Parts: sequence; C-alpha cells; structure tokens
Amino acid sequence: MRWLPPFPNNREETNALKDILQIENLTHTYGAGTPFQRDAVKDLSFSVREGEFLGIIGHTGSGKSTLIQHLNGLLKPTSGRILLDGKDIWAEPKKIRDVRFRVGLVFQYPEYQLFEETVYKDIAFGPMNMGKSGEELDRCIRESAKLVGLKSETLEKSPFELSGGQKRRVALAGVLAMEPEVLVLDEPTAGLDPAGRENLMANIRDFHRNRGGTVILVSHSMDEIAQNVDRILVLKSAKVLMQGAPREIFARADELLSAGLDVPQITRVAMALKRRGVPIDPAVYTVKELKRQLLALRKGGAVC
Amino acid sequence: MLKDITLGQYFPGDTPAHRLDPRTKILLVIFYIVALFCAKSVVTYGIMILTLLVCVQISKVKAGALFRGLKPVVFIIIFTAVLNLFFTPGNYLFQWGPLHISDAGVRMAVSMVLRIMLLITGTFLMTYTTSPIRLTDGLESLLNPLKRLHVPVHELAMMMSIALRFIPTLIEETDKIMSAQKARGADFESGNLFRKAKALIPILVPLFISAFRRADELAVAMECRCYHGGEGRTKLHVLKFATRDWVALVCGTAIMVGVIVLRQFGM
Ligand SMILES: Nc1ncnc2c1ncn2[C@@H]1O[C@H](COP(=O)(O)OP(=O)(O)OP(=O)(O)O)[C@@H](O)[C@H]1O
Ligand SMILES: [Mg+2]
Repeated sequence: MRWLPPFPNNREETNALKDILQIENLTHTYGAGTPFQRDAVKDLSFSVREGEFLGIIGHTGSGKSTLIQHLNGLLKPTSGRILLDGKDIWAEPKKIRDVRFRVGLVFQYPEYQLFEETVYKDIAFGPMNMGKSGEELDRCIRESAKLVGLKSETLEKSPFELSGGQKRRVALAGVLAMEPEVLVLDEPTAGLDPAGRENLMANIRDFHRNRGGTVILVSHSMDEIAQNVDRILVLKSAKVLMQGAPREIFARADELLSAGLDVPQITRVAMALKRRGVPIDPAVYTVKELKRQLLALRKGGAVC
Repeated sequence: MLKDITLGQYFPGDTPAHRLDPRTKILLVIFYIVALFCAKSVVTYGIMILTLLVCVQISKVKAGALFRGLKPVVFIIIFTAVLNLFFTPGNYLFQWGPLHISDAGVRMAVSMVLRIMLLITGTFLMTYTTSPIRLTDGLESLLNPLKRLHVPVHELAMMMSIALRFIPTLIEETDKIMSAQKARGADFESGNLFRKAKALIPILVPLFISAFRRADELAVAMECRCYHGGEGRTKLHVLKFATRDWVALVCGTAIMVGVIVLRQFGM
C-alpha cells in the first residue's frame, strides 16, 4: 500500500475549536418489550470538535452503526440527547430534515441506494431536496463529482452500468453535494480492493482538508483509522471503552487486544521489538515514526 | 419501523408445542377453525377459549406477543363489533334516534369479536411455534396426494419457503434504503397523494433491483448445488409422527366432534 503522510492537522488548534456535536448519555434500545430487546448503545457521552477527523472503531455489534444514525436524527434516542452546535436536534422534530442536510451520513454499501437514470440526476437528489436549483445546483453536483474523482462524461451515464467502486463514489458524491458541515461515513471502504480503498480515503481526506469539514469515520481497519484520524473513539459492547489521540490509544494496545480489537500492523511490529528487548515506545502507528525511533536508537549506539 | 410487523413470526423454543410435527399443527388449526365456526353458545365458546388457553400455556408464548399479533386487525374487530351491535334486529335494550342496541346485537357482537380474536390467535400460535421451513414442509407433505392431479406441490412449497425466507430480508432492506434516502433529505410524510407516490420511487427502484439481484444469485446458488425440482428429491429432516402427535390429534378431534355434537343439541 502506498504510504501517506500523517494528517497535517495541528492538534493544539483543534483543541481550541468548539464542539460541533455533543452526545449526552445516549441510550438506544432495539425491540423494547419483545424477547429480542437489547441496548445497542448505552449511556454514551462524547463530543466531536469542529473540523476534526474522528475515527470510531469497535467490534461487530458494538453499536457503531446505531450510534451514527443518531447523529443526523435517523434514529431517535431512547434516552439522552444529541446537540448540534449546542442545540438539541430533536427540539423541533419538524425541522429534523435540516439536521440531515448539515450532518451528511453515508451508509455502509451506499451503492445500493442509487435509483436515477443518470449519475448526474442521482447526485442531484440531495441538493434538490434542500431546495437548490439552477446554477447553484449544477455547481454543487459538479464540485462533489470532482471531489470524488468522477469524470464529467461519467455524469451522463446510468449509475447501473458503473463498477462497484464507481457506484460508491457516486453515492458519496450524492451526500457531499448537500455540502454538509459534518460528514459521517459507515465503513466506506468495505469490500473495495486496496487501490480503491486508498483512493476513496484520499477523496475523504480532500473533503476534510479543502472544505474544512468535520469527518467521522467508522471503520473495522485499525490501519485505516491510524493513518487518517486525529482522534479515536473505541466502542465495546454499547459503551465507550476509550477515546483519545491515536498515540494514547495505541499505548494501551494490550487493552485493545483483550477487547478483541486489532492494533495497526506497525504497532504490532513495535510491540514485538519491545518484547525482544529493543528499548522503543510501542505506541507508534506510522512507518515514519517507527523509522525515526529506530534510527535514533542506532545513533544512540544501542544494538539494533 | 417496518420490522414491527409480526406477520407469521416464529419464536424459537423447546416446548411440546414446538416439538409437534408441523402436519399435526396444521391439522389441529383446521380442526380448531371448524369447531370455532360451529360454536354458538356460552358452553362451546368456553371450550374454545379454554382450549386456546391450554395451548398457549403449553407453548409458553408470552401473552404480549399474542396480543401484538392482533394489532393489525384491531380496526376490523372494532368495525365488526360496531356493525353487529347497532344493526342486529331483536328486543331493543336501548334506542337513540335511528341507532338501537338489541339483546341479539350484543350477543352477536360479542361472539363475532371472540370468533375473530380466537381465529387469529389460534393461527398465530401455530406460526409462533413452527419455523416457516417446517411449516412449508408440513404443507407439502399434506398436499402430496394432489400430485396425482398434476398439481406442482413441491414447486409451490419451494416458492412459499423462498418467499417466507425473504420477507424479513426485504423488510430489512426497505428499512435501510428508506434511511439512506432520508439521509439525503427524502420526505415521505408530507405532500398530497401524488407527491407521496412519487417519493416512493427512490425506494422502489433500489428495492426491485436488489430483489432481482438476490433472485439471480439464489438461482445460481441452487443450480450450483444441482437443484432440479422435486423429482426424486429426499429430505434432510424427514417428518415422522410421534406418540405426542397422535395424542394431540385425538384430543383435537375429540374437541371438534364434541363441539359439533353440542351444536346438534342446540348448545
Ligand atoms: N434494526 C435493528 N433491530 C434490532 N436490533 C438491531 C438493529 N440494528 C442493530 N441491532 C442490534 O444492535 C447491536 C448493535 O448493532 P450495530 O449495527 O450498531 O453494530 P455495529 O457496531 O455497526 O456492527 P458492525 O461492525 O457489524 O457493523 C447489534 O447487536 C445488533 O444485533
Ligand atoms: Mg455497522
């Protein structure tokens, strides 16, 4: 896989910014009152800062998808609140659609939601629901298509004659075209080949960098998370297990492993080296950082 | 959510009611329905209610689940009750303008409501305790004699089990597509009928496409395993009558015959 530099976002700067989303004591119970009743998320609290790239990771069934469907009001909390810019999103249930335009959610396998005759029209669905028209509409369709790397001749094709990876780009463009402030992605790269995966992540990084949007990425791949995000939230059976900068999270690699989660490959290499007596900090998660540490050791004269 | 539809939902369990042969349960439900339509007195209705209560007790299905099954027909039940209550001639107990309530009306309304409720809960008790696969197996086996008349029994049963298998999948899929379109600002609630119908397009197109894709995949998967219709096909789970099935059938027949005999005596 091609190596990418870690994100150039300045952490101090991020800290100074305000919280765009606040999740307060969120609980969601599926099938209340049936034999199948279960809490998919339980008493969850955390906040998302404006402009940050947050990664959410957790085991299958830990409640990630349930959690993110609350962020744009697709699911209503059983108890607890979601604040967008300090205002409860359910304060005015009639205006929940405005929340959905501000918090764009891309589902897992979004290519199955395409329905229009042409790619252009499909991307237009969201912005048209917002009431955009004319040049403004055309502009946001073309911009978002460009952002995900769709060529302008593709826009006139039927979405059903595209490849799986291209379809997924169309679906992503369909959400980006609403120009949301927060972009939430549920395993956007599931089922793509390594090149397609990296390409799509590059598009998402572009959105984050160029538009200054807040991005929340749900993923199963620790490597993907480690390479892209500023902060990680780890879920375990409906609760937050830990949250913090990648460095802090991977410093607790043992806990992650015992929770049945993976750590990035590089962290595993560093942990193995440490076990063999090489005096390095095992909480590294990029090739660059590991290389720097190893070279520093060598200069210091340690055996390596 | 759409998932709340209990349409023939199966509650797994391990009670005598779950272990009964599906053929027995289908026959018992038929007996029950026949008896229900013959019942017309307090005694016979009492027997029917008692029978159902005993069956519910044996199957350990929660009462709440049974009542939820009644939810979709609440309207029909109320409608029937009101019609019978106000429009049955007899000795008037109460009169107000053109509306009147007669003693026969009250009796009629109560018995109709009871009949519908018992009919539905009785049938649901079968689907609650029998998995759809076993149910179609049972139906196929019961309908087997019709093969002589060139009725494609196996094919019909196969179609039914595939349909049953895919109903929850399609409901789940519809839920997902609806959420995805809502996330793009789709609005299914407001507007007139025409706009509401138009709002369904973003759901129906992806749903049909995925249904066809699934059908295709299933056909290929079946062909890969050399499926070639019912001819000479054997079963993994061969249905066998056990002692409990004979006991249940004898009890069921006795109750049905008993109710019919009581009816002859005007009870
Ligand atoms: N619509 C639903 N009805 C009932 N239970 C549900 C529903 N959706 C999810 N669940 C249950 O809630 C729990 C959390 O599910 P969720 O989809 O949020 O997990 P997830 O972390 O996204 O998992 P994955 O990594 O597999 O996508 C699971 O145990 C699941 O069975
Ligand atoms: Mg999920």
